Amino acid sequence: MDKKPNSKDPGGVSRRDFIKGVGRGALGTAVLAPLRGQAIATKKGRVPVYERKSITLTVNGGKIDLAVEANETLLDALRDRLDLTGAKKVCDRGECGGCTVLLDGVPVYACMTLAVRADGKTVKTVEGLAEGGKLHPVQEAFIEKDGYQCGYCTPGFIMTTSAFLEKNPAPSLDEIKQALSGNLCRCGNYAKIYGAVDAAAKKMKGA
Amino acid sequence: MKGKEYISVARGDAEGQARVAATAAQKPAAKPAEPQPEPKAPEFKYIGKPTARVDGREIVTGRAKFTHDIKLRGMLIGKILRSPYAAAEIVAIDLAPALALPGVMAALKLAEGKVRYAGQQVAAVAAVDERTAEKALALVKVEYKTLPYVVDWEKARDAGSPQVRDDKPNVEKINEYSRGDVEKGFAEADVVVERTYRTGFEVHNPTETHGSVAVWEGDHLVVYDSTQGIHGVRDGLARALKLPAANVTVIKNYMGGGFGSKLSLGDYTVAAANLARQAGRPVKMLNSRRDNAVCVGYRPSSHQTYKVGAKKDGTIVAFSLLNYASGGIAAGDDVAEPVVDIYKCPNCKVEEHTVFTNVGAQRAMRAPGHTQGAFGLESVMDELATALDMDPLELRRKNYSARNLGDTGLPYSSKGLDQCYDLGAKAIGWERRNRRPGEGSVSGPLRRGIGAASSIWFGAGSPGTLADVVLYPDGSVEVVCGTQDIGCGTRTHMAVVAAETLGLEPKDITVKLGNSDYPWAPISGGSLTTPSVAPAVRDAALKAVERLKAVAAARLKVEAGDIVMADRKFASKSDPAKSASFAEVCRDLRRETVFHGERGGMPGDQYAFNTFGAHFAEVEVDVETGRIRVLKYAAAQDSGRIINKLTAESQVVGGITQGLSAGLYEERVMDDMTGNVVNPNLRDYKIATSLDIPEIEILFADIVDPRINNLGTKGLGEPARVPSSPAIANAVYNAIGVHVREIPMTPQRVLAALKRKEAGS
Repeated sequence: MDKKPNSKDPGGVSRRDFIKGVGRGALGTAVLAPLRGQAIATKKGRVPVYERKSITLTVNGGKIDLAVEANETLLDALRDRLDLTGAKKVCDRGECGGCTVLLDGVPVYACMTLAVRADGKTVKTVEGLAEGGKLHPVQEAFIEKDGYQCGYCTPGFIMTTSAFLEKNPAPSLDEIKQALSGNLCRCGNYAKIYGAVDAAAKKMKGA
Repeated sequence: MKGKEYISVARGDAEGQARVAATAAQKPAAKPAEPQPEPKAPEFKYIGKPTARVDGREIVTGRAKFTHDIKLRGMLIGKILRSPYAAAEIVAIDLAPALALPGVMAALKLAEGKVRYAGQQVAAVAAVDERTAEKALALVKVEYKTLPYVVDWEKARDAGSPQVRDDKPNVEKINEYSRGDVEKGFAEADVVVERTYRTGFEVHNPTETHGSVAVWEGDHLVVYDSTQGIHGVRDGLARALKLPAANVTVIKNYMGGGFGSKLSLGDYTVAAANLARQAGRPVKMLNSRRDNAVCVGYRPSSHQTYKVGAKKDGTIVAFSLLNYASGGIAAGDDVAEPVVDIYKCPNCKVEEHTVFTNVGAQRAMRAPGHTQGAFGLESVMDELATALDMDPLELRRKNYSARNLGDTGLPYSSKGLDQCYDLGAKAIGWERRNRRPGEGSVSGPLRRGIGAASSIWFGAGSPGTLADVVLYPDGSVEVVCGTQDIGCGTRTHMAVVAAETLGLEPKDITVKLGNSDYPWAPISGGSLTTPSVAPAVRDAALKAVERLKAVAAARLKVEAGDIVMADRKFASKSDPAKSASFAEVCRDLRRETVFHGERGGMPGDQYAFNTFGAHFAEVEVDVETGRIRVLKYAAAQDSGRIINKLTAESQVVGGITQGLSAGLYEERVMDDMTGNVVNPNLRDYKIATSLDIPEIEILFADIVDPRINNLGTKGLGEPARVPSSPAIANAVYNAIGVHVREIPMTPQRVLAALKRKEAGS
């Protein structure tokens, strides 16, 4: 039984750690560090090497200038810099959908999106869904149908649903199941969430 | 979509309720002083009906602040360094290089001597941001001397395996029980069935990982904690930090799941408080997803060997159970409660052992012990039914008990399990099942089957739970209780009960909970919350009503007994022209007035208080790939009076889904070569998704327990979880003619079971 444990960190390097470490180009930080402030040649031409970058993005209707780290995720930028904590950090590696936000109207996992990728784009988070104090029909439906339990995964489900119903206003049950399959609900409330999505579709059609 | 509801809810039939009332009438009378529930609806306007959550708007707008969302001025980020080795001697820890890094404000050593599992805390740092804290962790120098370890519980039983704990051998007896004479019982039996069932390691994986934010306000410590038990965390922190409990406040407004893993004080919380004290600044300490798989528990495994003896007519005469559980460095769960309690049987013998391994300690997980025990017991019941050539449901009815301990103990205060059988069997179409396992119609590689399982759980609630109703002179109403809403809808049921009692609407009530400075309530676990908190709120609100009636009587110059309360008004019965609004009467109170409520006692020496349920599943099994699909599901629960039908349904949906997930997919895997968890994430550890969910029907027996509390309500969270995996396993058995006998029922295990069937064993 006297085994020698692996001398490497048994946790290994995750996909996410790799992305975080690499930043924008396919180069490790160790290589990048001495090159900061310079430009390096890549297949796409000369690319400046930076640690921080100023970006401009529109978040929930407001234009915002931010200086972000090269390897900072959109999720961290939203939560830590903008105090928009609706999107949750659940797995931090694209496995659960708890951080889903809309980037130019398309649902993305904010933990798998670098903040610099949002430069010049429009981001909508759950905080920006209600308009003028009036809840979005998806939000109303989640309340009416009890499409949540602890509520932690709910912002992700709501953002996924709002984008889905824009694309498919009258989905079948199977289509709803497919659309939600990138979001995990550990309380296991999926069956109630289908009902909420269905009710939301009907509300939006009626609206 | 054709307007179809994916969840349908039915009430218990009147006949069933009458039957339960008749059974209750034969039992000895309760002490007269005990709180009696009031009669059933129709006079209730909100209780028992669906009410949307009062905090729904906070949740769907993302404004609900969870512990992970707390940000305080000057807050530092704490990180914990964990041992990569499953067993090691710590020779030295050097914090100096970490402390030398700019931005690092505090550091602690958290281990000395031996570490006994990979993931055990070794040191902690607090720094100005997460990146700096991560860099600092890498700079902490730890010298380990690695030691032999064992993470496989079956190997840990072998002589010569490394000893996990210094204080005891790897195998320890944790439970022993006996009644009657099992040997005599087996000798008298016409049929004896002996089988072994295994359950794996299931990780809680709440979406919000464990974490705390600690801030010192002078010598008073305030901790925001993702916890199911604010009062227990407060008391634990006070002990750990040698503070008066009065100087500690624990706050939990919203929490992203716990399922038992957040019932008590975490070492990360103590570290956060100590780092905050050292740095003189608030510290936020959150577990990573990986941490959550290695150091905050899981459901322990079980290896249960049942022997059951029965007469030809199905009368069970003897049960024995030998179990080996494993919970890492802590003892595993005792799983015997179901076999000891639920079916009538004069002779029963149990022996249970735990096997220690170099793995983090287990923690309670939604119906600890019962979930594993029900899988074993309900499975062997179905295998016995086959041996007897009997309908499995008929076998359960045949051995139905009115008293606990297999009909040898106290009468149940109420037991609607028979009603659950009727409701569930009807909903699933029980008559459609294969009469004998595996003898159904064949459609290519697909086989269909139907199975059922029963459950018993506690869920009576905690006497002594306190709640306040506060009336303000402007007519606003507040309900205060130091309980937690962990997603079960506690805020809403508090509002529902207060509104019902005070003649208001739930939205009129301001609910305050989640702060340990508020009146005491138990942990949110053990299915305790509703039967503890709702009766206390009811008691406080009834006292408020009494006072309001007296004040209204004085205002209207009539006798208090002449006052009736309805529709926000107090009126004289004898002279309906005399009336005052709720707000006017509150104004007469002149200042805010607090009414203290308490959940009373139960005649526990005369009755057993339990919750029951029966689940039914229909599955389709592909005998070529071993893949199982659950097609249809019906769950019938006896949890006494349901307070809020809407959130109660969600609890049951969640219980079914988690049981389905554990029954088919979830399993933590340990790596023998490194002593670490192989799948510490949400990709390799499989959790059910929206694609795995069948059509679900939920049924409530809706019996009002006559003695349990002033509302006749019982717990629901765990009862809804207990029978789901075995119901699915029995359906698979009915489909393919061989019991898989182990969860999760992965395709490999299904195919292995089919091979076992071919081999004829």
